[in-house]
Amino acid sequence: MSSHIKTGESMKTDEAGKKMGMWLFLYTEIILFGGLFVLYAVYFSKYTNDFIEGGKELNRVFGVVNTVILLISSFAVAASITAVQKGQRKIALWSIGGSLGCGAIFLVNKYFEWGHKIAIGIYPNSEKLLDGPDGQNLFFGLYYVITGLHGIHIIIGMTFLAVAFGFVLAGKVTAHRFALLENAGLYWHLVDLIWIFVFPLFYLVI
Amino acid sequence: MEPVRSFFETPSPARYTGIGSWLLTTDHKRIGLMYLFAILFWFLLAVLLGGLIRFELMFPGQTIMGAELYNSAFTLHGVIMIFLFIIPALPAVFGNFFLPMQIGTDDVFFPKLNLLSWYLYMLGGVIAILSLFSDGFPDTGWTFYVPFSISTNTNVSTAVFAAFVLGFASMLTGLNFITTIHRMRHPKMGWMQIPLFTWSLYATSWVQLLATPIVSITLVLVIVERYFNVGLFDPAKGGDPILYQHLFWMYSHPAVYIMILPGMGVISEIIPVFARKSIFGYKAIVVSSMAIAIAGSLVWAHHMYTSGMSDTAVFVFSLLTFVVAIPSAIKVFSWVATLYKGSIEMSPPLFLALCFIYLFSVGGLTGLVVGAAGTDIHVHDTHFVVSHFHFTMFGGTGFAFFAALHYWWPKMFGRMYNFKRAYIASVLVTGGFVFHYVPMFILGMQGMPRRYYDYLPQYATGNFLAGFGALFMIIGIFMMMTNLMVSLRQARNAPADPWGGVTLEWMTPSPPPLHNFVSEPRVLDYPYDFSGVIKKFAKKPKGA
Amino acid sequence: MEKNDHIFGYRTLFAVLLALLTLTGLTVGASFIDMGKLNVWVALGIASVKASLVLMIFMHLKFEGRALILSFLSTVFFLAIMISFTFWDIAFR
Repeated sequence: MSSHIKTGESMKTDEAGKKMGMWLFLYTEIILFGGLFVLYAVYFSKYTNDFIEGGKELNRVFGVVNTVILLISSFAVAASITAVQKGQRKIALWSIGGSLGCGAIFLVNKYFEWGHKIAIGIYPNSEKLLDGPDGQNLFFGLYYVITGLHGIHIIIGMTFLAVAFGFVLAGKVTAHRFALLENAGLYWHLVDLIWIFVFPLFYLVI
Repeated sequence: MEPVRSFFETPSPARYTGIGSWLLTTDHKRIGLMYLFAILFWFLLAVLLGGLIRFELMFPGQTIMGAELYNSAFTLHGVIMIFLFIIPALPAVFGNFFLPMQIGTDDVFFPKLNLLSWYLYMLGGVIAILSLFSDGFPDTGWTFYVPFSISTNTNVSTAVFAAFVLGFASMLTGLNFITTIHRMRHPKMGWMQIPLFTWSLYATSWVQLLATPIVSITLVLVIVERYFNVGLFDPAKGGDPILYQHLFWMYSHPAVYIMILPGMGVISEIIPVFARKSIFGYKAIVVSSMAIAIAGSLVWAHHMYTSGMSDTAVFVFSLLTFVVAIPSAIKVFSWVATLYKGSIEMSPPLFLALCFIYLFSVGGLTGLVVGAAGTDIHVHDTHFVVSHFHFTMFGGTGFAFFAALHYWWPKMFGRMYNFKRAYIASVLVTGGFVFHYVPMFILGMQGMPRRYYDYLPQYATGNFLAGFGALFMIIGIFMMMTNLMVSLRQARNAPADPWGGVTLEWMTPSPPPLHNFVSEPRVLDYPYDFSGVIKKFAKKPKGA
Repeated sequence: MEKNDHIFGYRTLFAVLLALLTLTGLTVGASFIDMGKLNVWVALGIASVKASLVLMIFMHLKFEGRALILSFLSTVFFLAIMISFTFWDIAFR
C-alpha cells in the first residue's frame, strides 16, 4: 500500500481532524439550544413585561456567581492546554481539577436555586404559575427547560474533563498529542458560551 | 496470480470471527451492509403497511381495520419510511460503503463512531418496535402536531424518543462524512475532482448535522410537555401551538433535502457511465447541491400556509420556495444534457435512473402547486400532497435507492443479477407507481382529505383504482428484491468494472479487499473522463 | 501536520478572563439603566463580545483554518435564520 493514501491508520495522529470532529459536534449543540432560544425570542417579544417581572424573581447573586464560576473554569481549561503544550503536567492537572471543581459548585448552586423556586411554588404546571400571568408561566417554563438542559450538559462536560484528567495523569496526553484534552476543553467552553447568553436573558431582563 | 481476499474474508479488527466480526467491525463496508439489511427490513415492512392502508381505503367504510388502528397504521408507515428508511438509506448504505472508496482512502475518519451510529440506528428501531405495545403506536401522524401529540394516550413519548435516537445516528454519520471528506481525500483529489455522489453526501451531511438537532429539541419538548405540562405550546398557558410547527418543519423541510440530495448524487454517477460521456455541468451540479442545502433551510413554513400564521409569512415563504426549485431544475437539465449525443447503453441502473428523472420531475412540478400559497390553500392536507411527496420521496429517493442497488450490487457482492427480471420488476414498480399515485392527485384536487379513515362516495372510484396500482407496485418491489437476493447464490464472478465506470470504486476487485485498493488508485484530472474507458471497452462485455 | 503549534501564554489567557469579568460587570450595570427596548439588544451585544473572546482565544478560533471559521459562521447564521424567520410569522400576526 503506497504512502500517498491517507489511511485510517494515519488518521490516528491527525489532531486537526479530531478537532474538526469535535467542532462539528459543537455545532449540533449550538443548534439544539438554538431551538429553545427561538421559543425565548418569540415569547419575550410577546410577553415582555411578564418576562421582566419573572426576571426579578430570579436571584441575581446566584446568576452572577455562576457566570463568574464558569468563566474562571473556561480560563482554567484553556490554561491546562497551555500547560500541556509546555510540558507542565502538574499545572495541567490542577487546572483541569479546578474546572471540575467550578462545575461542581455550579451544579450545587443550581440545586439550591431550583430548590428555592420549587419551595415557593414556582415549577412547571404549579398552581402559582397557572394562576399567574401567562407570560410568567412561559418565562419560568423556559427557565427550567433551558437551565435543566444546560445542567445536563455541564455533567456531560465534567465527564469529558474527568476522562481527560485521567489521560493526562496516565501520561497519554503529551505536548504533541493532546486532542483529547483539547476536545474536552472545547466542549466545556461551549457549555460556558451557552450560559453567557442564558445569564442576561433570564437574570438581567429589563 | 493469487485471487485477492475480499473484505468478506478479512474482518477488521482481525481478532473477531463469525457474527462478532460483523457486530464489532469497524470496516465501513461491513457497516454499510449491516445497514443495508436492516434498512431493507424496515422498507419492506413499511411497504406492506402502506399496502394495508391502501387496501383499507379501496372500499368505503371499514374494510380490514378500525379507525384508531388506521390512524396508528399511517403514523407508523410514515415514521418507518421517513426515519428508518428514506433519511438513512443512501448515506448509511452507499455512503458508508463507497464514500471512502470514491475519495481514494481506506475508511472513514472515525470508524468506531461509525459503528456506534449503526448501533444507535438499531436501537432507534428497537425503541420504535417497543412503542407498538401497551398503549399502542401513536395516532398523531408522523408530524406529531401539538396539542394532540401531548394529550393523546398512545405511546408518543416512546416513539418520539426513537426518532430522537435515530436523529443522533444521522448527525454522527454526517459528522463522520464531513471530517472524512476534509481530511482523507487522496492527495491528488482536489475539491473539484470529487465525484458527484460524494459531493452530494457532503452537502447532505451538513444538513444532517445542522438541521437534525432542531427536531431533537422539538421531540424532547413533546416528551417534556407530556410529563411536566409546562405549557410552551398550550394557548391556555400562554403558549403558541404554531411554534411547534415552526420548530418541527425547521428540521423536517431540510430533511427532505437530506433525502433527495444523495439520490441526485446517485443519478449523477449513473447517467455519465451509461452515456459513456462526461457529466454536463459538473460545477453547476456541485454548486446547485450546496445551494439546495442552503436555500432549503429557508423555506420551512411552506408546510404551514393554513396553520394561522401571518399573511406576511405566507408570502415570504412562498416566494423563497420558488427559489429553491431552481437548483433542482439545473440538475435535471444537466442529466438530460449528458445523455444528449452520448453513447447510451441500457442497463437496469440506467432504466431506474431514467424513471427517477421522470418521477422526480413530476414530484418537483407538483411541488410548485403546493409551494405556491394560492394553490396550496385548495390542496393542503388533501391526497394531492400525499401524491406529491410520494413522487419526490419514493419516485425520487426510493427509485434512486433501487438504482444504486442495481449499480453497485456487483461491486459490493461480486455477483451480477439477472437483467431481464430486473427490467420486468422495474417496469412493474414504475407502472404500478404511476397507476397508484396519479389517481391521488385527482382525488386531492377533488377535495379528498389525507389521513382520513373514510371518505365520501364520490372518492370511491379513485381509491379503488389506486389500490390496483399499489398491487402491481408491491409485486414489482418484491420481485426486484428477490432477483437481487438470488444473485447471491452464484459464485463471485463479477469483474472489477462491469459498467465502464471511472470513479475509483471501479478500479478495485469486486468485492473489494479490506483496505479497499490493491494498488494505489489512479486519480483522474477530471472525475468523468471516459477516454480511458472508451479504449478499454472497444469490445464491450455483456451483462448477465 | 498540526496546523497551529500556537501556544497562548498564561498572561494572555488571564487578560482575557479579566476582560470577561469586566464585561460581566458591564452587562450587570447596564441592566440597572432603563433603556426600554434597547436593553435586551445591549445585553445580547455584550454577551456576543464575551462569546467572541471565549471563541477566539479560549477555543482558539482565531488561529484555526478556513473550514472551521466558515462552518462556525454558517452555524451561527443558520441560528439567526431560525430565530429571525420565525418573526415573519410572529411579528405580523
